Amino acid sequence: MTLVNAIVQGVLAGGVFAVAAVGLSLLFGVMRVVNLAHGDLMILAGYLAVLTLQLTGLSTWASLLVVVPVMALVGYVVQRVLLERALKLGELAPLLVTFGLSVIIPNVLLELFSRDAQPLPIGSLATEGVGLTDGVSVGVFPVLTLVIAVVVLVGMQLFLGRTRTGRFMRAAADDSATLRLMGVDSRRIYALAAAIAFATLALAGVLYGMRSGGVSPFDGQLLVLFAFETVIIGGLGSLWGTLVGGVVLGVAQAVGGQISPELPLLVGHLVFLAILVVRPNGLLGQRVAL
Amino acid sequence: MSTRVSRGGKAALAGPGATVVAFGVLGALPYLVGPSVTGPLIELFYLITLATMWNLLAGYAGMLSVGQQAYIGLGAYALFVVNDYGINPYLGTLIAALVVAVIALPVSFVAFRLRGGYFAIGTWVIAEVARLIVVRFDVLGSGRGRTLSEITDEPLLRRAYTYWLALVVVVIAVLVTYALLRSRFGLHLQSVRDDEVAAGSVGVRVTRLKRAVYLLSAAGGAAAGGVICVSGLGIASPAEIFGVQYSAFMIFMVVIGGLGTIEGPIVGALIYYGLDQWLSQAGVWYLVGLGVAAILITLFLPRGVWGEFRHRTGVSVFPVSHRVILTDSSAAHR
Amino acid sequence: MSGTGSVCEVRGLDAGYGDFHALFGVDLAVAERELLCLVGANGAGKSTLLRAVAGALRPFAGTIHLDGVDITALPDFERARRGLTLVPEGRKLFPSLTVEENLLVGSGSRRSGPWDLDAVYELLPLVAERRARGSARLSGGEQQAVAIGRALMSNPRVLLLDEVSLGLAPVVVERLYESLPGIRAAGTTVVLVEQDLGRTLDVADRVVCLLEGRVVLTGRPADLSREAITDAYFGHTNPQPSQAGPS
Repeated sequence: MTLVNAIVQGVLAGGVFAVAAVGLSLLFGVMRVVNLAHGDLMILAGYLAVLTLQLTGLSTWASLLVVVPVMALVGYVVQRVLLERALKLGELAPLLVTFGLSVIIPNVLLELFSRDAQPLPIGSLATEGVGLTDGVSVGVFPVLTLVIAVVVLVGMQLFLGRTRTGRFMRAAADDSATLRLMGVDSRRIYALAAAIAFATLALAGVLYGMRSGGVSPFDGQLLVLFAFETVIIGGLGSLWGTLVGGVVLGVAQAVGGQISPELPLLVGHLVFLAILVVRPNGLLGQRVAL
Repeated sequence: MSTRVSRGGKAALAGPGATVVAFGVLGALPYLVGPSVTGPLIELFYLITLATMWNLLAGYAGMLSVGQQAYIGLGAYALFVVNDYGINPYLGTLIAALVVAVIALPVSFVAFRLRGGYFAIGTWVIAEVARLIVVRFDVLGSGRGRTLSEITDEPLLRRAYTYWLALVVVVIAVLVTYALLRSRFGLHLQSVRDDEVAAGSVGVRVTRLKRAVYLLSAAGGAAAGGVICVSGLGIASPAEIFGVQYSAFMIFMVVIGGLGTIEGPIVGALIYYGLDQWLSQAGVWYLVGLGVAAILITLFLPRGVWGEFRHRTGVSVFPVSHRVILTDSSAAHR
Repeated sequence: MSGTGSVCEVRGLDAGYGDFHALFGVDLAVAERELLCLVGANGAGKSTLLRAVAGALRPFAGTIHLDGVDITALPDFERARRGLTLVPEGRKLFPSLTVEENLLVGSGSRRSGPWDLDAVYELLPLVAERRARGSARLSGGEQQAVAIGRALMSNPRVLLLDEVSLGLAPVVVERLYESLPGIRAAGTTVVLVEQDLGRTLDVADRVVCLLEGRVVLTGRPADLSREAITDAYFGHTNPQPSQAGPS
């Protein structure tokens, strides 16, 4: 039964992975930029939530109302000021820029906050749960994160598929030069994509902080790997693939943890590598850009 | 109107020539000065080795890796294994480098499933996997790190041997890179860097080329890992030797020095090393400063310090490009 | 050849790609509502010229004017918003989008005018029939029709059509040309690149021939003999005295 419980927990954990992966996938799909600082930015959002809590006394959930828009703005600025310039300089430049950010952010956080985890409390939600059957219990918070993930994905799908700007974004992913010929400023579209990507990663970062009870400066280094693995497992270019990828990774880690407490990371990575070798397009992968 | 192709003429000998001279001078140092000089030089040498290897991967083959620490760590741990069998750690480092290159071969098949930025993160995952696997083995010290078992007791001799090992490694790394880039291999490599699809269409075996570069830089990284291990008499912790900070340093050195030139990583390593000595008291802000510098240089001085210098003056210590020179009947031009 | 009544004008244009110089001192004026055909051999610079006018390519020298206003410094999307729309060589539809979505993106310039989805579907029934299909799964002729429809959605004042008939069967090209009157009826000025001289002489109000980056011949079809155009096209000696003749 404990294996079944592990699988259930793994499935639920997929929610946060999926929300984390959406932003990475969007940025890559539209701009071909892999944001090596993705995880660190998630943690930055977590710290912003901590600050909001300390300065305003808002609850952790309410802090999202501050953190998400602020990070969206950060994304817009990072795109216009740094990445736009880097994109003109070739393939390596944007990677180098985001890598630079991934060094700057955690070290600044370390200086400002110390190495100890800063708490993001969610009260009784942390432990509330429902026992389903013998040995299998389902926490309220994990289920909530899974629901949030589905809502985010549905929202993304509607945005990209039904709205004018979403269409522009998909067109920009295909061919931004031709899009410009239609009278659309592709730089604005890119910046908007970055803003949305940062908004979702902010949400993911705060959810992560809630789940772990807090955030510490170097947590981001693992998170970017998880987000990336989720994208690849699910399949490049597939929106719902991020959910599938998140669930698979979550289950792999949970099952690994069942075998031995030292193994969740390794099993997760190995499952990722196995899928990369056997099915490089991912489980739901398509050739078409996001 | 006829032409001839110049590879830098007499200047092409400047680099290797200078290296040989430097080798002689530096090689003699342990006889002349004490460990307070040779010790820091060991660190400089492996930094140059790492930077040169990373540059080969990113600057010439266009593969940006943030996971080279996988091979640094594996090099150190392979050295433990080889050393446990009784081989001295100096020869052992070179053997470990070969062993790691062999390990890198199947790994390359996995890594090459990815391209561009996803390749970069993929190499990071591989580094993590390497670490997580290595710590499962008690004989390797598991999570606690371990020391080298068979190493010369006499400290003065030991330091001299370590120094010479580091010197040999860095000279081999630089000269092999230079020789490779001046050969047909290098020409193919630069064509891949410029336009992979075009290169493939004229028959350049792109994947094979990239794989060769990947293995070479794995070997180089492993050799550097061995040097680090020997000079530290062991490894303090696997997290350290497999740490992503090595990638950060490699990236900084090459970006600041100049991507895609042989001199660039050397210049970058010198600058980085100098700054490190000068500013290390600043602690964490020093790393932040490096990150900011890397971003600014990437955006505003993309050729790096050496690259910019070479662009303005045309000076090349290790010239690898071909220049077509017009010779007409009236005079030969230089 | 500059005219005061021209809607679009190019003066002294030098353009190219990196080291390659493609256009040399090109002067061109397009009158409102006229249909101008650009002819010339491959590599003569026709596409380069259109791209420079649309802003997809930055020229080395020279100026471009729309309604008398110098737009040389304006980026491509800004020119599209002012009514200068290019249907690029190779059609360049967005493969992840359906036909209808491609058309909708075409209205990115937010210009008002007679062209909307219904009007485009009426003009190009071929496109209407395939509106829900993924654009990557169309034949060449179908793609060209969609590309034209997409350009119309921006309600252009000046429509630049690059290589409409390239790689398409004559029957298909015929159908595309049948849509031209409908486009012109809306008051649009059209600049069309065409390889087929016969068709050119049929539809054009004026013809401009380029050779190796220079204008070698301009005139109205009625005033030009087929031989004169062919000579100019291939760069035979005895070009028209009013234009420069290259070697």
